[in-house]
Amino acid sequence: MTDTRLYPFSDPDRLNLDPLYARLRREEPVVRVQLPYGEEAWLATRYHDVKIVLGDPRFSRAASIGRDEPRTSPRPVATGILSMDPPDHSRLRRLVAKAFTARRVEGLRPATAAIATELIDAMEADGPPADLVEAFSTPLPVRVICRLLGVPPSDQHLFRKWSEAIVSTTSLSPETVMEYMGSLHAYMAGLIAQRREEPTDDLIGALVQARDEDNDRLSEQEMVNLAAGLLAAGHETTVTQISNFVYVLLTHPDQLAVLRSRPELVPGAVEELLRYVPLGAAAAFPRYATEDLELSGVRIRAGEPVIAAMSSANRDVTVFDRPDEVDVTRGAGPHIGFGHGVHHCLGAQLARMELQVALAALLERLPELALAVDEKELEWKSGLLVRGLRRLPVTW
Amino acid sequence: VEVRPAGPGAAPAAGDLVTAPQPVWRVSVDPDNCIGSGICAGLAPKLFTLVDGVSEPVEPAIAPDPAAIDAAESCPVEAIAVRDAADGHLVAPEG
Repeated sequence: MTDTRLYPFSDPDRLNLDPLYARLRREEPVVRVQLPYGEEAWLATRYHDVKIVLGDPRFSRAASIGRDEPRTSPRPVATGILSMDPPDHSRLRRLVAKAFTARRVEGLRPATAAIATELIDAMEADGPPADLVEAFSTPLPVRVICRLLGVPPSDQHLFRKWSEAIVSTTSLSPETVMEYMGSLHAYMAGLIAQRREEPTDDLIGALVQARDEDNDRLSEQEMVNLAAGLLAAGHETTVTQISNFVYVLLTHPDQLAVLRSRPELVPGAVEELLRYVPLGAAAAFPRYATEDLELSGVRIRAGEPVIAAMSSANRDVTVFDRPDEVDVTRGAGPHIGFGHGVHHCLGAQLARMELQVALAALLERLPELALAVDEKELEWKSGLLVRGLRRLPVTW
Repeated sequence: VEVRPAGPGAAPAAGDLVTAPQPVWRVSVDPDNCIGSGICAGLAPKLFTLVDGVSEPVEPAIAPDPAAIDAAESCPVEAIAVRDAADGHLVAPEG
């Protein structure tokens, strides 16, 4: 039995990955870790092991229920669909997957581009400097997910506050997390009731219809959880990544110059940034082994939890050349920025499209975009599952 | 050979063929579209496998299996097609 390390190895430092991951990938690819809460776990750091933990059906998320799950928040996170295995998981995922296919998402591209144009128009009208988080990175994905779900944009101020509960580890007290989650669920239940009265062709309307046609497909509670989860996930992830990506480009002027001269590289740059930027503050959501197996020669016993370090996998030198360099000409590699296996990010195609639209619009419309403060003065959020900027003051 | 209509009231007589041929589904993955998300191989490991990061059907012809529909309906790029081998009609994904 190896020694147990405390995990996360360090507090998140901007978008830098703790150098210990690189050493572990080389020397000790599967180690014992103790998180702030819950039982001890294994941590897998190599690309191929991480993909096995996330993708192999011998690993289960449902088996975490009833266990003292290793975690960074005091209370177990109510993860809904992320705590299910196939075929239960497939039943729920299928109901919403349709709305997030590449084909459907392409249909939202023109509207997304129009939102980006409108937001940049407003920034230009007000003149520099501006906080990109507030002026652009937040409203863009929020408006798109509201439109997709059928949530009135006038209610945005309500659930924007509540949705932090879904990614909070210690930024909010456990009581506040409960309160916000309760408010978010109550709000969604209200919206669902409204859809019963007046059917709509948005995603919530479609869920209501699916449930009312066939009770076995979706329970009322599952529907509320799913809708609340989609709304909150649509807030906290792409919002954060737009600013993170812009931050990386503004602090890597050579890469920014390449993109400005070759805007056709934007889709590939988005893939490279998805690989390079460790969105997660720490690896989370352990998978439980359902039978004895080996990872990089380390024996994992049935019933033991394993955490897959996706950000570490995306820096594995056996898969990516010069993994710690961001290179927008690298093109789309087999990164796992959206995870892998049955829980692969439901909104991946939507996020890709939004990130492409956001970067392309900023590059085209604000060719002089630059940080308005010293890089060292930027404030980063803490106590969340994700790494992100509180504010991103920019000028142009 | 006398063909009898199937269904209630059409009790088979001795010597009739009583087992209809088992339907067969054809499963395909478009390798140019596949993004290697691993969703299909995770939810239907008997039907799909990842080869060099891209999904392939384990067998192109299968007995009808709800997991094949789950996989086709869950694919984020609709790279999976499940067809009835008899007439080629698309079983999943829905349009």
